[in-house]
Amino acid sequence: MSSQIQGDAQLATQVKSPDLSDLFIQFLIIGAVSFGGGIIAYERILLVEKRKWLSADEFMAYLAISQTMPGLNSVNLAVLAGDHLRGVLGAIIAPLGLILPGSLFVLGIGMIYASAADHPSINLILGGIAAAATGLLAAVTYQISDTHWRHMKSLVIIVCTFLLMSILKLSLPYVILIMAPISIYLYRPSKS
Amino acid sequence: MSLLIHLVWTFALLSILAVGGGTAVLPEMQTILAHQFGIDHTQFVHIYSVGQLAPGPNMLMVLVIGYQIAGLIGAGVVLLSFFLPSSILCFYIGRLWSRFGESPWRRSIQNALEPISIGLMSSGVYAVAKASIVSGTTLVLALVTLYLILRTKINPVLVILGSGGFGALLMTYYK
Repeated sequence: MSSQIQGDAQLATQVKSPDLSDLFIQFLIIGAVSFGGGIIAYERILLVEKRKWLSADEFMAYLAISQTMPGLNSVNLAVLAGDHLRGVLGAIIAPLGLILPGSLFVLGIGMIYASAADHPSINLILGGIAAAATGLLAAVTYQISDTHWRHMKSLVIIVCTFLLMSILKLSLPYVILIMAPISIYLYRPSKS
Repeated sequence: MSLLIHLVWTFALLSILAVGGGTAVLPEMQTILAHQFGIDHTQFVHIYSVGQLAPGPNMLMVLVIGYQIAGLIGAGVVLLSFFLPSSILCFYIGRLWSRFGESPWRRSIQNALEPISIGLMSSGVYAVAKASIVSGTTLVLALVTLYLILRTKINPVLVILGSGGFGALLMTYYK
């Protein structure tokens, strides 16, 4: 029983600050196995369930900041979790682990692509892959938009953003400069 | 050298503008790459698509774009300029947040940015679709993928690979 308590106490101090190498390797694993997306879920399992480095509330708070800030949510989350666990070094090491395996993978693809893109049968395969990637992006967009289609306020913002970007072909900085203030005004905190 | 600086500037700006994730900047990236770096829409959509096969964060395909434009150095430069600015920003804002605590404005800003980011993603779908859906066969493949992703739990990587193989077969015979 006492050894159990001692074990728990030891665990608690480990939870405070994981090794940098452990932090790196855990995020490296996520970066290597997360084929087909769902990377936030992998991060949650690691941080909250497997290692208990963050409480569920801390995780949700960091996720919310990650979603508010520009950049990829999964990378932002790794930055914030890394900083929480090991400060600046953690904030560098965690996202580095996350992007390293995929970067090497993609670089390999890039080299093959650069040397084979002119081959006609490769182009047919790429055509099929591109069609599927379009379907995937449409599906992901649909899933993320969730209930937004049914709310007038968000529907108007979605449609206006789309029109400015795709039909009027404004450049992205202008689209954001126009839409962000309007949208933030519409969603401003209520006084109550 | 000026090409590399141009790359840094372009991708650093896209990094900061990536509201709600990387796919929000797809249409802008496609336009800039076509006008300023000579990567046409078909090439762009091919690179984007094979990038979906990779594990990890889903915009790592920017590396291939960098590689295509300026070789290995280009790949490294693009990786850093696309991931560093937003990460540094997030790092500092994250620290400010823990100092000042949760404000109702954070929730408001997140809610406000969500529909903008969905609108931009829709533009992304439109941009990618215009370059990839070029025949009856590709339309069918895209719709089948959409259905499979929404209705089943098959890993998207398998669907994409299947579509590549099956599509090549179909297009060889039917065009």
